[in-house]
Amino acid sequence: MSHSDTYLVGREKIREYAASIGEQSPICNDVAAAREAGYEDVVAPPMFAAVYKWRAMGPAVLDPEIGIDFSRLVHGAQDFTWHLPVVAGDEITTEASFVDKAKRADITVYTFSSRSTNQRGELVCEGTWTNFVR
Amino acid sequence: MDELREVTVTPGRYTTYHYAGASGDFNPIHLDDEFARSVELPSKILHGLWTMAQVARAQTDVVGDPLALKSLSVQFRGMGVPEQDIVITSKLKSQENGEAVFDCEAVQDGNKLVRRGKAVVRVTGSS
Repeated sequence: MSHSDTYLVGREKIREYAASIGEQSPICNDVAAAREAGYEDVVAPPMFAAVYKWRAMGPAVLDPEIGIDFSRLVHGAQDFTWHLPVVAGDEITTEASFVDKAKRADITVYTFSSRSTNQRGELVCEGTWTNFVR
Repeated sequence: MDELREVTVTPGRYTTYHYAGASGDFNPIHLDDEFARSVELPSKILHGLWTMAQVARAQTDVVGDPLALKSLSVQFRGMGVPEQDIVITSKLKSQENGEAVFDCEAVQDGNKLVRRGKAVVRVTGSS
């Protein structure tokens, strides 16, 4: 089971996200500073991966065939590896897949993986998302 | 880079709303105390990915480049709540070929929110 989505990275979305996590780096907030540093537009903070991956990951996690109760779900573990910068204007395609389900004491552990590429087909970020359902 | 760094961040009263809007994660356990209690949580809780973003920033702020982070893996444990300090500790484990590996954790009022964090940071040009 896998879900795919293409996310168009917006300049204001990056700035809104940066503000929500307190990221003050000029390259994430100021177009001129980003261009001066050699980027085409403002740069997504690394953890913005959670945002552009969600449209593919959400349906994977909430797939009725997997049957997770969203209200009983807690995020157990997360792993990201970044390969290339993501800047405003990029189109990021994420493929999210169900990997594994395991019973551990009184919780069930669901693991999902994701792979995100940009509009040039270059790998930008890989992730593993581990969910606990209480 | 220092071998041991400690950074304190304090989520605000409305941080979870702000982060929900920015991230698109509107799970009511992060927004609604009454709902959170109905699913046996103490109150509304922080988004794990917001807390992870603080662990990420604790690595990259010191380098001065948010893109210096090569990888980050964490385990989420305790539930974080708004308006209480979170202390993020990063310990240098190894450094070679322009990459430094840190063990990290995030603790709020004795409650470990993030444990077994591992960050790989590019430190080319510094030592």
